[in-house]
Amino acid sequence: MDWNFIFFSAVKIVCVIGAVLTMFAYSVLAERKISAFIQDRVGPNRAALPLIGSVPVVGRFLTRLGFWQPVADGLKAILKEDFTPSYVRKVYFWLAPAIALIPSFLTVAVIPFGSTLGNPNNKMVIADLDVGILYTFGIVSLGVYGIVLAGYAANSKYPFLGGIRSSAQMISYEIAMGMSVVPLFLIAGNLNLGKLIEYQAHHGWLICYAPVSFFIFLVSAFAETNRLPFDLPECETELVAGYNTEYSSMKFALFFMGEYANMIAASSMMVVLFFGGWTFPGLTTPADALATGLLHIGIFIGKMLLLMLVFIWVRWMLPRFRYDQLMDLGWRRFIPLALANILVCATWLWWTMK
Amino acid sequence: MQDLFFYLFAFLTLLCAFLVVANPFSRDPVTSAMFLVLTIVSMAGLFVLLHAFFLAAVQILVYAGAVMVLFLFVIMLLDLKEEQRRRFNGFGVVTGVISIAAIAAIFVKAIFESPAPGGDATPTLEGATKPLGRMLFNDYVLPFEILSVLLLVAMVGVILLSKKDLK
Repeated sequence: MDWNFIFFSAVKIVCVIGAVLTMFAYSVLAERKISAFIQDRVGPNRAALPLIGSVPVVGRFLTRLGFWQPVADGLKAILKEDFTPSYVRKVYFWLAPAIALIPSFLTVAVIPFGSTLGNPNNKMVIADLDVGILYTFGIVSLGVYGIVLAGYAANSKYPFLGGIRSSAQMISYEIAMGMSVVPLFLIAGNLNLGKLIEYQAHHGWLICYAPVSFFIFLVSAFAETNRLPFDLPECETELVAGYNTEYSSMKFALFFMGEYANMIAASSMMVVLFFGGWTFPGLTTPADALATGLLHIGIFIGKMLLLMLVFIWVRWMLPRFRYDQLMDLGWRRFIPLALANILVCATWLWWTMK
Repeated sequence: MQDLFFYLFAFLTLLCAFLVVANPFSRDPVTSAMFLVLTIVSMAGLFVLLHAFFLAAVQILVYAGAVMVLFLFVIMLLDLKEEQRRRFNGFGVVTGVISIAAIAAIFVKAIFESPAPGGDATPTLEGATKPLGRMLFNDYVLPFEILSVLLLVAMVGVILLSKKDLK
């Protein structure tokens, strides 16, 4: 065993999880601020730390921005009473939040979030797998268990219906999602995500080659993360928050964290698949210096934050679909469209190769 | 290191598989289904140790991620209490023993007929996506297509059964 490798992997894992947790906290704040902007409100502007809040200009500015709100939210989630209703199935009730959270952290492992840092062998990806994308889909498909078990564990009707809905919805959209990315790999000829970025560095971003794929992937990602046009597992008006009705305090926060971590993973996946990962027009060679390496990570995070903005923006602009409309869209529109997309792409590649 | 992981995953697979069929603590079908998921995931671990990354990923994606979720879906929609009360089924035991004997016979035959592992036992299918695809679509294309037709037949049958008013 190579101790150097183990050490650097451990450092990368800690940094990535730290980054995802920070982004989770501040994407909740961004969500609240942007929704406030869209609905013509102010949003969180009161939470302040005692000393920093009274610093003349900066303190007031940060408070108005809601910069300390995530701290207050986190404290509230931890300090609130953790109530377990007497009729729940205890084991699953405790397991479900963890099962919901773990897969979203595991998907981040194969995402190349930068080129290299310092040493050219020090790739900025935790696990450089040859079957990268399949690993991601496998882990994402495990995410449904958290919600289904939460619904089952609660042992009451609304959560149960939410759990059943989520299992049907997530399986349906996984199919469309999986088929939407096939053209990308036909074009690039490799399942490894690092190689995919390399291809995009030389030939341009894949969204130019496969815009239909991007469209299907984006909509399926909304469905997979249970975000608003498709948040039927927790639809408030029909299911009083669905699978997380019986949950309180930190367990509820874990579900919430899982949803946002899923959003972060989906956005970074889209950056890698369609927007060239860490590359940028003019910046296509892997970094040889520390500064360019950091710049590449910055570019990646910038692209990812833009896609997160799309997620948030869509949530507050579109009304919720009805359940039969959701199924109809998944099975009767997207799956045929994805199949046709594969066929067209394969034919075109076959034609141009001759 | 490899051996340690092999024994760990093999033990987990066997333990979880045992708990699927005979769990002393719970007769809840959902618990059985969740242990089946764990069995599948530990088998994927065994595939990884054989360097069959593609098979491992597909195992988790298809079986743990899709098939078992549908199992759960069906179990949750059925009446669970009746299943928990059911004790013993003579017909089931007899057919079970016969099928286990048949499968065991096939395994024993396969093990005795396979060549003994030589000194160099390292797997040759590194990152097996391409060789696997070549094999499926060149050497084994007929069985592959027959299997897909079989699946199609099953699907058409299910749709036919689920239609309420047959003309």
